[in-house]
Amino acid sequence: MQFMLLFSRQGKLRLQKWYVPLSDKEKKKITRELVQTVLARKPKMCSFLEWRDLKIVYKRYASLYFCCAIEDQDNELITLEIIHRYVELLDKYFGSVCELDIIFNFEKAYFILDEFLLGGEVQETSKKNVLKAIEQADLLQEKTEYHSKSFIGFKKAY
Amino acid sequence: MRNGLLGRGLVAEFGDPLPERMVAPSLKLQDLIEEIRGAKTQAQEREVIQKECAHIRASFRDGDPVHRHRQLAKLLYVHMLGYPAHFGQMECLKLIASSRFTDKRVGYLGAMLLLDERHDAHLLITNSIKNDLSQGIQPVQGLALCTLSTMGSAEMCRDLAPEVEKLLLQPSPYVRKKAILTAVHMIRKVPELSSVFLPPCVHLLHERHHGKAVGLPILCFSSVDRRIENRMGTPAHRRRVAHTHRHTRNRLSCPWPPPFTSPTLTPGILLGTITLITELCERSPAALRHFRKVVPQLVQILRTLVTTGYSTEHSISGVSDPFLQVQILHLLRILGRNHEESSETMNDLLAQVATNTDTSRNAGNAVLFETVLTIMDIHSAAGLRVLAVNILGRFLLNSDRNIRYVALTSLLRLVQSDHSAVQRHRPTVVDCLQETDASLSRRALELSLALVNSSNVRAMMQELQAFLESCPPDLRADCASGILLAAERFAPTKRWHIDTILHVLTTAGAHVRDDAVANLTQLIGGAQELHAYSVHRLYNALAEDISQQPLVQVAAWCIGEYGDLLLEGNCEEIEPLQVDEEEVLALLEKVLQSHMSLPATRGYALTALMKLSTRLQGDNKSCLDVELQQRAVEYDTLFRKYDHMRAAILEKMPLVERDGPQADEEAKQSKEAAQLSEAAPAPTEPQASQLLDLLDLLDGASGDAQHLPPLDPSPGVALVYLLDLPCAPPPPAPIPDLKVFEREGVQLNLSFIRPPENPALLLITITATNSSEGDVTNFICQAAVPKSLQLQLQAPSGNTVPAQGGLPITQLFRILNPNKAPLRLKLRLTYNHFHQSVQEIFEVNNLPVESWQ
Repeated sequence: MQFMLLFSRQGKLRLQKWYVPLSDKEKKKITRELVQTVLARKPKMCSFLEWRDLKIVYKRYASLYFCCAIEDQDNELITLEIIHRYVELLDKYFGSVCELDIIFNFEKAYFILDEFLLGGEVQETSKKNVLKAIEQADLLQEKTEYHSKSFIGFKKAY
Repeated sequence: MRNGLLGRGLVAEFGDPLPERMVAPSLKLQDLIEEIRGAKTQAQEREVIQKECAHIRASFRDGDPVHRHRQLAKLLYVHMLGYPAHFGQMECLKLIASSRFTDKRVGYLGAMLLLDERHDAHLLITNSIKNDLSQGIQPVQGLALCTLSTMGSAEMCRDLAPEVEKLLLQPSPYVRKKAILTAVHMIRKVPELSSVFLPPCVHLLHERHHGKAVGLPILCFSSVDRRIENRMGTPAHRRRVAHTHRHTRNRLSCPWPPPFTSPTLTPGILLGTITLITELCERSPAALRHFRKVVPQLVQILRTLVTTGYSTEHSISGVSDPFLQVQILHLLRILGRNHEESSETMNDLLAQVATNTDTSRNAGNAVLFETVLTIMDIHSAAGLRVLAVNILGRFLLNSDRNIRYVALTSLLRLVQSDHSAVQRHRPTVVDCLQETDASLSRRALELSLALVNSSNVRAMMQELQAFLESCPPDLRADCASGILLAAERFAPTKRWHIDTILHVLTTAGAHVRDDAVANLTQLIGGAQELHAYSVHRLYNALAEDISQQPLVQVAAWCIGEYGDLLLEGNCEEIEPLQVDEEEVLALLEKVLQSHMSLPATRGYALTALMKLSTRLQGDNKSCLDVELQQRAVEYDTLFRKYDHMRAAILEKMPLVERDGPQADEEAKQSKEAAQLSEAAPAPTEPQASQLLDLLDLLDGASGDAQHLPPLDPSPGVALVYLLDLPCAPPPPAPIPDLKVFEREGVQLNLSFIRPPENPALLLITITATNSSEGDVTNFICQAAVPKSLQLQLQAPSGNTVPAQGGLPITQLFRILNPNKAPLRLKLRLTYNHFHQSVQEIFEVNNLPVESWQ
């Protein structure tokens, strides 16, 4: 996968994960063009389109569009499963996720994505394992925040 | 929010930052988000953000370690909205270097969003990453690996490869699977690192996974492996385990993560390993050769996955770990490509997967699709290939649009190599022409065209022509040219061919390519037996509709050539119709006058009229149109005596190609002829004395003299001049264009035309072009001329010129200058450019003298 974008029906960006190196300007241009292209699609059209030399796979969940750019040799249908799995993870974590959750907790959305995909590839196929990893990290964060005021360094976990 | 405001107020009052414990906490992330969302206008949002960014900047300057992570988080939020955040880059480094996990989490996220290869700053995190990779806290190692695999540059990858290599064989599966995928990224950035990661890869694959042995001899590579073996009991026990079909016992007894200690083997490692091997094989032929040896092992892994009802944790809609299946199939594809032996080893398994996968949901279809792709790419048995094509054919009937899409795309790729297999699905493909989604119908069209052959051409053409009538406009051109091409290749009879082309021209005439007209005229011309048929059909088509230009052109040409056949009214193949000359000429005249007719079409019609004037035997003087009559008579008169010149004359009026000037030339020629014989409105019988009449005219010509070359009264010389007449006088030299305005890439050019038949008229075309980076909008041009001239502005072609050489705006000015007064022209331009409104008023200098003299 080259990149994943989440954006609202009004074209507002909610998450951007880039797995290829591009300048800020290029990213903005790509985002703008792609958002326009996807938003112009009618509801009955298929989830795939060809854009520049990439394949775009997108799916709308309520008010959010999930949009991935994959390469020519990648499988579009499995990419749809990747998108769906990510939405399920968000849903489990936030409990019936909606766009507002992702707006107000965007860092968490990134952390969850980073436990599911790494370098653009699937790293973990068990929902349970991904959620457990996030849980552990959240616990660690809480533990260290609790102690943080006194600036105590923490021990290694084992 | 109260605290935040109070905090800022205090700082402002005292002028310098207060000691840390007295500064009130800054705005929380969620509060800021709320405030931004509460803004009613873009300007308000900008204000809120700019204010907050100023505070964030100050906080960074003051170096507040407690709230740094919160400040950066806020900055990352506004960055996502599109605002600049580069001043946060250094803070990312500080946060990453902190020992607090919260700091690291946000810091690494910031690094992935704000730092990239192009900034030298990105190298500064290399050291932090190195430290974090080697200290033992797994979530921290995870962050470091994630960041490295997202934005790690080639340099960073080279520096950190040894660290990542070490982590590949660590006990913790959580870290290992991340390390493996980081290795994938590193190899992409620095292909030479393949040699570093190939050996560990081999080890990884030989390990056990899902708690099951795969029945291969256990090779002793490293101490890590031996430790694992010891834990799993005796060899006999292991063999027993290998044969059971329920494997869950061993794996699930090791819960995750059990304070990150025990070396549980998870499918995540297998998935990562397969991905890494795939990457290695794509980059290194040596790796490819090496891993071909493990094809049997991969086959076994996949077979187990498919047959043994895997754990529900990893399955989707009853399909065991589709992500893993797809990854393995992809690897098999790469290994089996161009390699008979490997391909053969896979054949059975691929057939098994193809037949056993549950296709009720997308997950199963994704696996099936990958299987099809693999079958088609390797050296598979013929039967297997047919199976794959049939699967795609089944996909075409699936109610899910996405599945139909991938089926059409794949079939397109296969139609050349597996033509007969794909032919079997032709009816389904043709049905897909009716798709509402244009991307699907387009593919269906391409595929249908590719499937036309000599045996199905009639049926296919019928379908395609029906499609042409109803298809969306952007597909018309492709459909039309596709039909014409197929007709050319496979037409069973010439008449069918002509009918087909005729049908295309009537349905989609505006969309055919330019050479269609030439092709059709050539085709008709060459089919002598069909001349009568063609001309009748074309006449009928033309009588119904004169708007489709290619059709009109061909029809006009045909009528010109075979008008006599038309008037004879005999045609076996269609109903005889009574057409008389008047009707034919009236129709051609209608074409000539119609505003829908392009200049090229007018040329065809004119030529047809000329030809008819010589071919028709009847009494054309009864034609109502004076001009036509006059023309017909002139030529009749002038050339009856000079019949041998007729061919040459007609040749000198070639088909008009581009625009007005030549047609005007022809008109001019006829006008000159008219002027010569103006005294003969309706001459009756051709007589030898006609020539003398003309000479009389020449002698008597007075007022018209200025249009003619100077005449010598002697008959002999006059005759020469008469003979010279048809030669077109050289057209007046074109007036050069003039560039009148240029500003920041926006340019205005004038081009001039003085139509020869109306010397008082000057046509100026202004052209506005834009070579800058910004669009020009709301462009208006106004003009003024001296009082003795008359100016008429026509509507411009538009009022926007897109940036970087976008479509220019053109506008026509008509200036009447009967007194040949010196031309002066003042222009006023208004437009928007680079978000500014521009107004320019200026007089055009250097107007060429030829424009008014």
